[in-house]
Amino acid sequence: MPGITREEVAHLGRLSRLELKDEELDHFAGQLDEIIGAVARVSEVAGEDVPPTSHPLPLTNVMRPDVVQPSLTPQQALSGAPAQEQRRFKVPQILGEE
Amino acid sequence: MNDKAGVDEAGAMADLTRLTAAETAVAIASGEASAVEVAKAHLDRIAAVDEKVHAFLHIDTEGALRAAEAVDAKRAQGEKLGPLAGVPLALKDIFTTEGVPTTVGSKILEGWIPPYDATLTKRLKQADVVILGKTNMDEFAMGSSTENSAYGPTGNPWDLTRIPGGSGGGSAAALASFQAPLAIGTDTGGSIRQPAAVTGTVGVKPTYGGVSRYGMVAFSSSLDQGGPCARTVLDAALLHEVIAGHDPMDSTSIDAPVPPVVEAAREGRKGDVRGMRIGVVKEFAGEGYQAGVMQRFTESVELLRELGAEIVEVSCPAFDYALAAYYLIAPSECSSNLARFDGLRYGLRVGDDGTKSAEDVTSLTREAGFGPEVKRRIMLGTYALSSGYYDAYYGSAQKVRTLITRDFQRAFGDVDVLISPTTPTTAFPIGERADDPMAMYLADLCTIPANLAGNAAMSLPCGLAPEDGLPVGLQIIAPAMADDRLYRVGAAVEAGFVERWGHPLLEEAPAL
Repeated sequence: MPGITREEVAHLGRLSRLELKDEELDHFAGQLDEIIGAVARVSEVAGEDVPPTSHPLPLTNVMRPDVVQPSLTPQQALSGAPAQEQRRFKVPQILGEE
Repeated sequence: MNDKAGVDEAGAMADLTRLTAAETAVAIASGEASAVEVAKAHLDRIAAVDEKVHAFLHIDTEGALRAAEAVDAKRAQGEKLGPLAGVPLALKDIFTTEGVPTTVGSKILEGWIPPYDATLTKRLKQADVVILGKTNMDEFAMGSSTENSAYGPTGNPWDLTRIPGGSGGGSAAALASFQAPLAIGTDTGGSIRQPAAVTGTVGVKPTYGGVSRYGMVAFSSSLDQGGPCARTVLDAALLHEVIAGHDPMDSTSIDAPVPPVVEAAREGRKGDVRGMRIGVVKEFAGEGYQAGVMQRFTESVELLRELGAEIVEVSCPAFDYALAAYYLIAPSECSSNLARFDGLRYGLRVGDDGTKSAEDVTSLTREAGFGPEVKRRIMLGTYALSSGYYDAYYGSAQKVRTLITRDFQRAFGDVDVLISPTTPTTAFPIGERADDPMAMYLADLCTIPANLAGNAAMSLPCGLAPEDGLPVGLQIIAPAMADDRLYRVGAAVEAGFVERWGHPLLEEAPAL
């Protein structure tokens, strides 16, 4: 199994939307390397014929009648918003400028 | 231990914080104490000791007194009170509470006031349980010591320099320091049972799907399970019955009657487990297990034999891989679940100076808002799920999950419940494992298999380790939907030990 490098941690940070600091990269690289080294043993035990389990229950889609239910008011839904405008969430620019 | 209220021989009320939940409810229903008196006694206790323990992140004095007044008003009007009406409770800060802060132990939700109640919160309120406040926890329930809380660690009431377990260390410490007779925890890999074990209290992880997850902040959705914490098995059963049951708001909630847990706890207190077959898990022993923990565990096995149970040794070979599988599955699910903390709709937002993109603001917010363990797990999950590594890591872990489930099925074909120590060691000193993730993860060695398979499991006190005088927990594991067996066996063990000791274990905890 490959060792986890500083560059890989930076890449994982980007994928995970974490703006990691320089000193975190080395620290996490060592720790993640140790953890991944330890958990890699899961591949030793189960053969091809063992089916995966993703959940303890046999899941089925749960539906309800399509009837309007009480829900949060716009004020309640916006009550925790870091910024709002005209009863909407105000967010930083999402699309690049042309 | 019985249900009579805490009236001493002189006829005066004993210290209301020393009563069990069952005794408290009787005292209130019979008028020996008002719910307001009970609430005030606990709020006073919190004011006196929580500066040292730090079990609570938020104390809702006003809400607690209002709820208690409502119980007293109901009683005055002759309304029938529920079995836990007026009993105070410490709620883990992972369940949403309308109008009361909910942080999950994280800076990313600091100051957030949820606009709705979790289903569990709603059920507690409907049962007239008095919620005293919200308890400390490892950030997002990731940890085994409560040191990962962004708001500072909690002390173990048995020794304030030691950890109270985690993630639900605040709830367990509140019980052990008599700040509340009841508490709520959540258990993804042992976060109810391990804190119970190291604080000398009782904690139950119900069958997966037994208690609604609606309004419980998600860590690893296929493993997370809320459940009751208490100082006695019967109290845990009474709370279990209040919070369990089908909830249409949780698509993984089991639509079946709640197992008869209270009846089982009352039955078990008679100490009769004759005819039950109990399996000792062979894999949970050996290197890494503290001698005093194994000594108390062996005594528990002997006690169960004396009480009439048949003891057999059971082998579950795949359990040796449970820890590794867990630390792939839980981080994988968390890396997806925690994507919702984007700094856009609620919680912290950092770096929004008008020049940065939403993506940059999200990355700056998460960097500032999450602590190191949460970051490690998000990145670990991102790694395990990335193309090229998926089959070797997440895929293999899912197969191990199948093997563990098969081990349980085979075992439960032969025995009624399985038992083991809850944790390999007693409470370790604060700071000892704080920056050593692998050492920290070992605290959950014995508790994780039940989460992976969805079984019900309990931890209850079985004595103090002779070498350090700290509590040891006995774990009982039952098949899914057989939660009542935990209470029958647990109550029998509890009654047997209390008879032997002459008092409940917590009587031996040092005064704070």
